[in-house]
Amino acid sequence: MSIAVQPVSASPANVERIVTPAGIEVWRVHSDVVPLVAMSFIFEGGAAQDRLDRPGVAQMVAQLLDEGAGPYDSDAFQERLAERAIELSFSVGQDSLGGGLRVLTRHLDEAAALTRLALTEPRFDGEAIERVRAQTIAGIRHQMKDPAVLASRRFYADGFPGHVYSAPNGGTVESVGAIGREDLLAMRDRLIARSGLRVAIVGALGRNEVVRLVDDVFGDLPETGGATPAPRVALAGIGTRSVVDIDVPQSVIRFGMNGIGWRDPDFTAAFVLNHILGGGVFTSRLFQEVREKRGLAYSVGTSLASFRGAAMTMGFTATKNERVAEALDVISSEIGRLKAEGPSPDELAKAKAYLTGSYALGFDTSTKIAQQLAQISFEGLGVEYIARRNALVAAVEADDVARAAERMLGDGRMLIVVAGRPEGL
Amino acid sequence: MSRSPVRAAPAIVTKAREGVDGDGPAVDSFMLDNGLEVVVAPDRRVPVATHMVWYRNGSADDPVGQSGIAHFLEHLMFKGTEKHPAGEFSKVVSSLGGQENAFTSYDFTAYFQRVAREHLETMMGFEADRMANLALADEVVAPERDVVLEERRMRVETDPGAQLSEAMASALFVHHPYGVPIIGWMHEIEGLNREHALEYYKRFYTPENAILVVAGDVEVDAVRRLAEKTYGRIAPRGAKPQRLRPREPEPRAMRRVTVADSRVEQPLMQRLYLAPSTLTAQGRDAAALEVLGEAIGGGPTAYLYRKLVLEQGVAVNAGAWYMASAVDDTRFAIYAVPAAGTGLEQLEEALDRAVAAIPAEALDDKAVERAKTRLVAETTYAADSQTALARIYGAGLAIGQTIEAVRRWPAEIEAVTREDLASVAQRFLTPRRSVTGQLRKAD
Repeated sequence: MSIAVQPVSASPANVERIVTPAGIEVWRVHSDVVPLVAMSFIFEGGAAQDRLDRPGVAQMVAQLLDEGAGPYDSDAFQERLAERAIELSFSVGQDSLGGGLRVLTRHLDEAAALTRLALTEPRFDGEAIERVRAQTIAGIRHQMKDPAVLASRRFYADGFPGHVYSAPNGGTVESVGAIGREDLLAMRDRLIARSGLRVAIVGALGRNEVVRLVDDVFGDLPETGGATPAPRVALAGIGTRSVVDIDVPQSVIRFGMNGIGWRDPDFTAAFVLNHILGGGVFTSRLFQEVREKRGLAYSVGTSLASFRGAAMTMGFTATKNERVAEALDVISSEIGRLKAEGPSPDELAKAKAYLTGSYALGFDTSTKIAQQLAQISFEGLGVEYIARRNALVAAVEADDVARAAERMLGDGRMLIVVAGRPEGL
Repeated sequence: MSRSPVRAAPAIVTKAREGVDGDGPAVDSFMLDNGLEVVVAPDRRVPVATHMVWYRNGSADDPVGQSGIAHFLEHLMFKGTEKHPAGEFSKVVSSLGGQENAFTSYDFTAYFQRVAREHLETMMGFEADRMANLALADEVVAPERDVVLEERRMRVETDPGAQLSEAMASALFVHHPYGVPIIGWMHEIEGLNREHALEYYKRFYTPENAILVVAGDVEVDAVRRLAEKTYGRIAPRGAKPQRLRPREPEPRAMRRVTVADSRVEQPLMQRLYLAPSTLTAQGRDAAALEVLGEAIGGGPTAYLYRKLVLEQGVAVNAGAWYMASAVDDTRFAIYAVPAAGTGLEQLEEALDRAVAAIPAEALDDKAVERAKTRLVAETTYAADSQTALARIYGAGLAIGQTIEAVRRWPAEIEAVTREDLASVAQRFLTPRRSVTGQLRKAD
């Protein structure tokens, strides 16, 4: 098999950075192939702005923004979206409230007006609050005995005790039941402001049209909100193992180690290391050892989680109860081996070839481009990052990976959570 | 059912539709001498190509007693050929910066890679090789069967909701294999072996049974040349394999199934109706069912949500969907999640009244227009993704549609009248065609 030498390819998108008269930074890509506009935007401060004893407020705000705004109650607002097939959605992450818009170019004016209303004049009508509350609680109940959800919840509880990251973003049945309208209004004021806003737009729009659109939608927002940075915290519980008992034939496993955040100088090396260990392709070490060679699991892998207040490496798999101990042994020994020996030169070269070669695949639809740009902007990486990114990956050397491995994998111990009825632990 | 380590979605069944107002992106097609059909859909925005091969066989073609063999073979297709040992194809895809996967549905199985356009020929070479030269050793078959068993445990054995879906499909299709899960039944997967897989492979993995779809930054002539050089060398078998599908009898009995499990904390109800597919429907029935699904169940402005959630408050959510893309008669589904304090029986009564009132109450002009607008807009949104385009054509051709039929879909949606909608609702959403399912907590 021959391995092509990957050229460090050109930027996958021609991005222009604009600061509007209202002072809002927007990254735009011009694309006129398909008659649609995609916009992605992110406000600083998400579920981490919840009170530890009342999680779920930020998410409920996100769910209520399109449930009535300005002169339109929820049903009328949704009807205006549906009549023109405007797709407007809001979501909450640990550190962000995000929004996405997809619209046929000919309906952009109406879409902009509705997005502006959702952000500046959400109604939070009593009927909508009670309906969304009931839907949220039904959703929590629906997943309450799902082993994957149980494992993840326990993982965050063990990993970040006393920190807001320990609480589920969507809240609990009790906390969601207790959320009042004043909680929602206060959270809206904290989160939705111009200062922490990132916007990206892709479509057949001129520069002036983009500027007008952004200032129309976001220009009337208050300058500052009240989001406070999440306190810095390191992953706790490394070296501990807990079991959540649930009567299912297959156990879900979560394992965690230290991580390296986006803004850290070692991030790119950590990213390459994670790809080799458990990145989302069929060639990773865990995929090969856990799945291909031993048939222990359908799904296995690791990912880097980078929050404003924490960074970690989080792994996942699921295997029948009888083989949990074996799966954990294999994972543990692969991590130990990677830490001790590092990747082979060929493995490192192939990992870099994949990561550089596949970067453009994330930029092949308008929606994906808008999301990527908003995320890069949110991480504070700068508009030039997109052009620079493949060179950063290509420059990662064995000693960079070793340094990242030292910081991430440490002595090989993990925070382990198992949900199921594991045998032989 | 996919090989993906990350994707959670179950079967991928793409809606067969394309084009903007019936006039989608230019698409070319031709056939190689060995019977392989080729579709090329250019999209020049990024120097990337999506390369897919579709086979016209899915889980509904599994031999009796070997449920899950189509899906198991999909996994085994990554286990190497005489020329390229297990894992080599995946390593090459990865080292070229490509992404790959595969999926199995009721009527088809498909494999794809997304790569920089200059690597298209390499992908074609490997994919053509495994169309004809799969080599399976027992030592790779056994662990992969364990992988599939773990996949089934993950998707079904630990999820009462998925168990309800399986039970409902089994009850809806009393004779047709759409009632058998794509991944197969646990006890039959356990018995699948190398011989089953190779026998199935020899029957279905032939050039006459395959469709090559290339979307992205490519020229038709170049694709033709490369296809002839790779796939064109595979010897034809002389005829397409036949799908041997029993026809579902005309249903007479309303059925109901219940999954009661101690792990259920949120009850819900679903209903399936046996309905014609885009291939078995007469006249405009399939397009009408598609618009009907959107009008009564496509989100918070649709009839069922307004009626059961907003107006009556008996549900916290309600909706509907229709699986148009199928070789044989298919399913139209509605579902509702009860509000706190509403029993499943009370919810079902409300749902029955709402369904009965569809012709009178659900089909005002605004509602019908809204449904059509959203369905037609989806085709423009799909045109933004070369992968979505490739899937639309691949799925359409794999079930037996023509490219013209796929492209005509938006125009057919537009042509549906209020009378068509009332008619399909009255003919197909009837108790004798239905299965009602309940998910509830065990007493």
